[in-house]
Amino acid sequence: MTSDILVVSGVDVTFGGIRALSDVSLSVPERKITAVIGPNGAGKTTLFNVISGFYKANSGSVTFAGTDLLSQPAHTRSANGISRTFQNIALFPGMTVAENIKLGAHAQLRTSLFAAGLYLGPAAKEERELEERMDKTVIELLGLQDNRDSSVSGLPYGTQKRIELARALISGPRLLMLDEPFAGLPTTEKATMAAQIRKVVDERGVTVLLIDHDMESIMGMSDQVVVLNFGEVIAAGAPADVQANPAVIEAYLGAEA
Amino acid sequence: MALFLEFSLIGLASGGIYVLAALSFVIVYKATNIFNFATGEMMMLGTYFFYLFDTQLGLGWIVGLGMGLTSAALLAIVIERVMLRPLIGRPHIVLVMVTFGVGSILRGFAGLIWGPNVRQLPETLPRKPIFLGDILVPGKLAWGFVTAGVIAALFMIYYKFSRAGTAIRATSTDQITAESLGINIRAVFLLAWALAGLLTAASGIITASVNGVTPQLGLVALNVLAVVMLAGMTSIGGVIIAGLFVGWMETIVGAYLGAAWQSFIPYLVVLVVMIVKPYGLFGEQRVERI
Repeated sequence: MTSDILVVSGVDVTFGGIRALSDVSLSVPERKITAVIGPNGAGKTTLFNVISGFYKANSGSVTFAGTDLLSQPAHTRSANGISRTFQNIALFPGMTVAENIKLGAHAQLRTSLFAAGLYLGPAAKEERELEERMDKTVIELLGLQDNRDSSVSGLPYGTQKRIELARALISGPRLLMLDEPFAGLPTTEKATMAAQIRKVVDERGVTVLLIDHDMESIMGMSDQVVVLNFGEVIAAGAPADVQANPAVIEAYLGAEA
Repeated sequence: MALFLEFSLIGLASGGIYVLAALSFVIVYKATNIFNFATGEMMMLGTYFFYLFDTQLGLGWIVGLGMGLTSAALLAIVIERVMLRPLIGRPHIVLVMVTFGVGSILRGFAGLIWGPNVRQLPETLPRKPIFLGDILVPGKLAWGFVTAGVIAALFMIYYKFSRAGTAIRATSTDQITAESLGINIRAVFLLAWALAGLLTAASGIITASVNGVTPQLGLVALNVLAVVMLAGMTSIGGVIIAGLFVGWMETIVGAYLGAAWQSFIPYLVVLVVMIVKPYGLFGEQRVERI
């Protein structure tokens, strides 16, 4: 029996007159993979953005490891132990692979933004330690050794996705949020990605919350599946149970006449 | 030919001042997307701060410089925090108009305190001319250029290699992602403005070390605008080349065609460049993946 690390309860979000999320509640068990699925426009990304702090919820609460998240600004998520990737790869094009990954540990460094510029000594030492940690952990885990110092711009799509994952992992998060990790990947790379995510959960004790459309990957790897439709949770449970749920089948295939 | 070289060197040297002010402009634009029309006035007031501590309070140029630069950075922070921060999310034109307003307030303020007459700064830069072969460069101009070059180089290193510089670069590319990586983008805005304050003050002090300071000193920022447009708004390296180029062209045109042409030709060149390359010579065309 594991405890829930993230609890979303009764979250409502409206944009103008449109109700993007209505009374959404879900729990994410620790050290498990939870997938949120649903047709386009169901509110999956909105939910992610509320948890990340980019959208404001009209009501409801989001609690992470006992602390209330909604009262805190977006940039504190990283320090709290939450990191995420984006649907459209959001790497910084002018920088190298290593620079991009190192930015993921930004919040963990002790020297503050201002101090980092003022005295180079401690900041430089911390930077070296970070590079060592990066090489030993995420670069190796995701097989990025060959690309370490190249600019991210020209790299293949699949590699860029792995870099984004590496950047999200370098801070040693407790919760990893992945926005469509399989989108745009060929079948073989999907399997690799799924295996790498599984490895992160099993070996490093990270909890994963992900969104995707790729049913095969999701049903194969998830411990829990939550289904959203028109901003409401219509089902939640083990993959097999969710797949058999009549409400889910209706949402995806349409009601029988 | 020797004369042409002499004019060229003088032109490049005066371009160094443009470079610093233009870097200040670009750092604010990159980090916050604000077009800062108060850049010139920040130059001017930074210079008066130096004058205040150095000459009026008689603290000497080293203390005066330290306190003057600090005050200039604080002024920039106050502008960001008090005037612009509450307006984040409003249309850009509102923010631009506010910087215009801030500019004229600063100019009026300087006029009230220090009056309209020229105040001479102390002789800190050596006056002795520098001879390169038989070419003569006025001493203050040459040393001013060297100082500007050192400051620009330090800034580039800071921007490229320090963690704070990386945070500014990340914020300028993608604020949402930067925030989710734990970068406090509000702190980045403040830092960018503080750096802008330092750069403008340095640029103003170097300018004034030759001709003194008046409340109108900031009007030179109009030329800086030309530099920034020519470089393409977002290119730190481009601003350096464009700054030197505009300084050089102004001096050459002034020397051979007369002062009337001097304030006209450089802008014509910028205009032509804008028509041919709308993003400037070194600007990045922003591409969004959909």
